Amino acid sequence: MITLTVNGKKYQVAAPPDTPLLWVLREELKLTGTKFGCGEGLCGACTVHLDGVATRSCITPLAEAAGKKVVTIEGLAVSHPVKQAWLTEEVSQCGYCQPGQIMSAAALLKSKPKPSEAEIDGAMSGNLCRCGTYQRVRKAVHRAAAAPKGGSK
Amino acid sequence: MNAIVKLSRRDFLKQSTLVGGGLLLACYLPFPGAVAADTAVPFAPNAFLRIGSDGSVTIICHKSEMGQGVYTALPTIVAEELDCAWEKVKIEQSPVAPEYAHTMFGSMVTGGSTSVRSEWQRLAQAGATARAMLVAAAAAGWKIDPAACRTENGAVYHPDGRRLSYGQLATKAAKLAVPPQVALKDPARYRLIGRPLARLDSPAKINGQARFGLDVQRPGLLVAVIARPPVFGATLRGFNADKANSVPGVRAVVAVPAGVAVVADGFWPARQARALLEIAWDEGAGAALASAGLRQQFATLAATPGLVAHRAGDVTAALERATVRLEAEYEVPYLAHATMEPLNCTVDLKADGCDIWTGSQMQTVDRDAAARVAGLQPEQVRLHTTFLGGGFGRRANPASDFVVEAVQVAKAIKQPVKVIRTREDDMRAGYYRPCWYDRISAGLDADKQVSAWRHTIVGQSIMAGTAFAGMIKDGIDETSVEGAADTPYAFPNLLVDLHTPQLPVTVLWWRSVGHSHTAFVVESFLDEVAHAAGTDPVTLRRTLLAQQPRPRGVLELAASKAGWGTPLAAGRGRGIAVHASFGSYLAQVAEVSLEKNGRVRVHRVVCAIDCGRVVNPDTIAAQMESGIAFGLSAALHGAITLKAGRVEQGNFDDYPLLRLDEMPQVEVHIVPSSEAPGGVGEPGVPPIAPAVANALFALSGARVRSLPLTPEKVLAALAKG
Ligand code: FES
Ligand code: FES
Repeated sequence: MITLTVNGKKYQVAAPPDTPLLWVLREELKLTGTKFGCGEGLCGACTVHLDGVATRSCITPLAEAAGKKVVTIEGLAVSHPVKQAWLTEEVSQCGYCQPGQIMSAAALLKSKPKPSEAEIDGAMSGNLCRCGTYQRVRKAVHRAAAAPKGGSK
Repeated sequence: MNAIVKLSRRDFLKQSTLVGGGLLLACYLPFPGAVAADTAVPFAPNAFLRIGSDGSVTIICHKSEMGQGVYTALPTIVAEELDCAWEKVKIEQSPVAPEYAHTMFGSMVTGGSTSVRSEWQRLAQAGATARAMLVAAAAAGWKIDPAACRTENGAVYHPDGRRLSYGQLATKAAKLAVPPQVALKDPARYRLIGRPLARLDSPAKINGQARFGLDVQRPGLLVAVIARPPVFGATLRGFNADKANSVPGVRAVVAVPAGVAVVADGFWPARQARALLEIAWDEGAGAALASAGLRQQFATLAATPGLVAHRAGDVTAALERATVRLEAEYEVPYLAHATMEPLNCTVDLKADGCDIWTGSQMQTVDRDAAARVAGLQPEQVRLHTTFLGGGFGRRANPASDFVVEAVQVAKAIKQPVKVIRTREDDMRAGYYRPCWYDRISAGLDADKQVSAWRHTIVGQSIMAGTAFAGMIKDGIDETSVEGAADTPYAFPNLLVDLHTPQLPVTVLWWRSVGHSHTAFVVESFLDEVAHAAGTDPVTLRRTLLAQQPRPRGVLELAASKAGWGTPLAAGRGRGIAVHASFGSYLAQVAEVSLEKNGRVRVHRVVCAIDCGRVVNPDTIAAQMESGIAFGLSAALHGAITLKAGRVEQGNFDDYPLLRLDEMPQVEVHIVPSSEAPGGVGEPGVPPIAPAVANALFALSGARVRSLPLTPEKVLAALAKG
């Protein structure tokens, strides 16, 4: 049994320790907001926060997440400036990549509250969007960065 | 829970069959927690609408939401005519039923950029008839002429100011006869149509609540992955599953027509076990397929006359008379749709019925295929449409591949199962945009006018061998020549002909279908002709479109917004392309630069679109951004290639998609219009590749006639000068 803390809740998980965190979240904990896109760390759809750091859960073994704080899209408050900016800018199309985009953006803004274009490129270019919402992703990151501080983790 | 809801609905139907001529069907709710109680649903005047006594308005959407915004655009049309409060509108996805068949195709289809075009009248009537019945109910109570009443924001108003809400009127309205046809609103009075209303599905999509096919949960659900043939047309000889069976969590390893299915408690053990399978395949002739050989075969065909798709005047004579003759060969590769959500399908098969959850663009076809595999009647199969994590045509497969294989597995193991494709499975399983090879020539007369245009196209037919084969006329699959045979340019002598080789590689419609290829060839070559004639590319197009106001309109709009003819920053080049598809007219101007290593960078794209009447301008802008990004992935990166019958690509490392740091700044300009609506999901794609290729030529003199525009090809074209 591995103890996992996800969105502030503790879970006992029986899956083998090499199971990718993504599948534990989706199939054991039924937290399906975190998406499967490539399974190889190439698309960012599975991005979660591990102790606050944007992490590709598809290539993160369960054992590595033990004892760390996992936050998924379901654990990010609706009032979070990134989520609000995503609504205002109407970023979503099919929406499949968006949980990963939002988690990457939230982690970026935590470490760089006023990111430059180059920093946005660096943090967000690993999140693929087949619907091509990139222009709005960029605008929404800027909007969230400009939002008044506070109120969310 | 679901079963209970369905039962009670059925009972409700029995007691109150066709109240108000209406229908109550078990709808799938892609938003959790949105289950509407039947008791609050007294007024259902048609298959698209229910009004509860609490004033809630539920609009049933029969098109699949795959990002294009139908869950917002179609309800907007209903709500506009109904005059209800937009904030109270809830969406349900329709089940499969004849009422929801496509008005052109006769079965449920979301595709061809048709949803708004084909549904506007029907949905406007759905809203308007409901409104008329609510007004009639109010007027009867007030004993006044219905024409004296007005409606606003979900209520009917008496001339003296009294008001009855739709909720208050619902029960009474349900007892009235449904009027056959009612007058629609004067567009001048639109309150919703034409406004950039927020998408109704956005909140669920930023919170991880939107349910895609992959997210479906069922009691006792198992997960399967399938080992599919490594080569097109290969068949299974035998397999040894001893090692695979030893993986904890594996429940079964079974041969099905699609391949060898590994069924487990979850995805991970299934995938781990599949890697341990030992399988022998009879590879057959498909093992000899290679992209290099195909190219040779296509090029040889292109040098010979094909079946005539369009002929005007005498091209041969005009080419002979021409003072300047140009000829070139163009080619584009197979492309994978690569929807962000890999294909998947969940099946719960019982002796007397079957439930299927998947993101489908062709529900009736998929349901019927599932019924055949399951040995059931189509009505015994309930297909629940989830959100689609991208469609682009891939989930509109006449062969229903991803549904059929899941039913095969469910039938074999007799348990509910979700079949998941890994990214590699998804990318290697065929159903690609066909690869094409084109030979094209043009002649200029003494006045430097285009006097002849000859275009020979070589590539596979998408419709051949499918249920759509009946649409092939005299050997011409229209999707092979669209955008070329129906060119709006006034070429006095025109010949477009087609070769349709048959190959084991499966092909399918890929966002913008034939246009994704013809626009690149026609618009690139026209640019070559302009340069050969010494004419500005915009001027040449304007002349050729003299009798075509709509394409000419977008050409001029895009050129002026992009500052065509004004100086550019050093190291930048500009290119333009015009293309009409799916009832809409587009022009795009791309601004590019070139890195020393041959990498093309696209900085800015100005896009002008004339798509007739507009429901939601922000959706149109979003679809243009989306189409441009999709087209750029193909223009700069995309290629599926074969070697020894095997697909060489598997994941996003070798089939790269456009990334955020490659996204140009996109500006969208919509032509104000009262024309019939055109499509917007696909038309943004075709012009971008030629606009970029033309900009590259303007900048560097390098003419690349083959997609994608890889650094190697660009450097080679530069060296040629
Ligand atoms: S699914 Fe993890 S990076 Fe693509
Ligand atoms: S919104 Fe569809 S993949 Fe990003």
